[in-house]
Amino acid sequence: MLPLRIAVRFLCSNPWQTALITSGMAVAVSIQVFVGLLIGSLQSSLVDSTVRNSPQVTISSGTSVPSIYAWDRIIGIVQRTGLSAAVSPVTAGSAVTIKDEKTYPLILKGVHIAEADRIYRLREAVYAGELYVGSREVLIGRELAAELQSRVGDRLNIILPNGNETIFTIIGLYDLGTAAVNKTWVIANMRTVQQLLGLQGRITSIELSVPDVFAADIVAGDLARELNNSELKIDNWKDQNKELLGALRSQGISSTIIQVVIIFSVIIAISSVLAITVLQKSRQIGILKAMGIKDLSASLIFVLEGLLVGLTGSLLGVGLGLGLLYAFDSFSSGPNGGSTIKISIDYGFIIISWAIAVAASTLAGLIAARRSLKLNPIDVIREG
Amino acid sequence: MANVVDLRNVDKSYRGAVDTRVLFGINLAFEQGSFNSIVGESGSGKSTLLNIIGTLDRPTSGELWLEGRATSLLNADKMAELRNRSIGFVFQSHYLLPEFSAMDNVLMPQLIGNRRVDHSVRKRAEELFDLMGIARVRNNMANKMSGGQQQRTAIARALMNNPRIFLADEPTGNLDSENTAVIYRIFRDVNRQFGTTFIIVTHDRRIAEQTDRIVEIKDGRIVMDLLR
Repeated sequence: MLPLRIAVRFLCSNPWQTALITSGMAVAVSIQVFVGLLIGSLQSSLVDSTVRNSPQVTISSGTSVPSIYAWDRIIGIVQRTGLSAAVSPVTAGSAVTIKDEKTYPLILKGVHIAEADRIYRLREAVYAGELYVGSREVLIGRELAAELQSRVGDRLNIILPNGNETIFTIIGLYDLGTAAVNKTWVIANMRTVQQLLGLQGRITSIELSVPDVFAADIVAGDLARELNNSELKIDNWKDQNKELLGALRSQGISSTIIQVVIIFSVIIAISSVLAITVLQKSRQIGILKAMGIKDLSASLIFVLEGLLVGLTGSLLGVGLGLGLLYAFDSFSSGPNGGSTIKISIDYGFIIISWAIAVAASTLAGLIAARRSLKLNPIDVIREG
Repeated sequence: MANVVDLRNVDKSYRGAVDTRVLFGINLAFEQGSFNSIVGESGSGKSTLLNIIGTLDRPTSGELWLEGRATSLLNADKMAELRNRSIGFVFQSHYLLPEFSAMDNVLMPQLIGNRRVDHSVRKRAEELFDLMGIARVRNNMANKMSGGQQQRTAIARALMNNPRIFLADEPTGNLDSENTAVIYRIFRDVNRQFGTTFIIVTHDRRIAEQTDRIVEIKDGRIVMDLLR
């Protein structure tokens, strides 16, 4: 294909200019990929830490009696709808523990460990001891353990609001990634908590995780219709975290604005350089037209130049962007020594960014190509 | 012999602050296989006339017929096809593409015409390099040759598609007398061998006197048409 051959020769004949324009493209795409993936990862990390390791929908009593009867029937209905990914009944109540005359407020949370694990990923969260909890055993969080200076195997004296005291053995330590949770939640066996709180056979809430966390409000609405029980209250994380969602949306918009600006700057920069190329090569285009090259083929040379610069620059840019992300991941560390953000590579985003960059560069070539259409061989020949 | 070029009442004006009329009612025809020159002072309109014959420029009024067809009826693409197939150009400057080798430059008209460059095409290109006496520089880049070699490469390129009409505007203007003599000998050989119609614009009467017909232009009008 002659226009392609000429386009390659034109680009190779001015290596510095080609290197400069390709580098510009690569830098622009690398920033696009880096910023896009970083913000995406940040959002994903935020959602992960806020929502994924906790219930996204919670069913609790909507009456003055804070417990639910016949909860296994409700769970049966929820499971039949197929709207939830995991369901965990919970019996919870407030409690305190005292050490060195200091009172620590707690939430005593009775769960079935296997079911709670599917929501909280306890298996990953427990970093010392065991996950199994017997009748007088509890799991406590990292921050509480640090404040109480407790270790696995130590005793924990829990005092309920009615004044009853119970001594538990700490069987394991967990880290659910949120200091407030780690500091207050004491996870115990469901039956034990029911007995202590005087709620035999009853629970205080049903916690659910859903397949798509961002559809939690829709699932909550659907469940309310299915359950059709005015004595139940159904909450979802989206309604409880409106500020976070607003921040995520703003972040997403800022990321899009950055990317749009980058794309525009790429189009302007490349079309300017290619427009100069049209001027630089006007003599060659003129003589090619005199030899019978058609206007469309002559224009195609500059479109192909844009495409080639776009392909090369954007591939380099994607590599550079991923390299920047890798460097960011390597050099940034949180208080625990691990990375502050869990980097996730969204291949769909990379492919879309790459395709948009190539299309933008080709469009820039098209703008330059329009100039070449106006080139008349007689003008070139008259100039000599 | 049939006329391969036929100009009928051709006028040419250029628009500007003041309109400039360059050609006045030119009626001129060239037979297939003839060897012609157009002479005249600088600014007489001879190059404009050649550019109109080569379809690089359009007449303001009047008609140009090439190979028996009125060019005014052709659109830009058809005109480009006609130029590629039937016309070979050589100018005072060689206008080679510096990004390509001499061989690539010579093959360019074939490539522009979407014709395959097979063994026979390459052989013809090599024959043209031999004819021009520049076979040893055929793989040089276009800007890595002497002025004479570049102009001979430009002539080989103009002949590559075996055009029926060969238009040359001061083709030896930048060359020494030795190169000039060689190139006119080659023109004459090609004219005799392939029956190509030559129209050569020159201001040098000594060169014109080597052609079979001399057309003289003065102030945009034909003042002499001498068949020898």
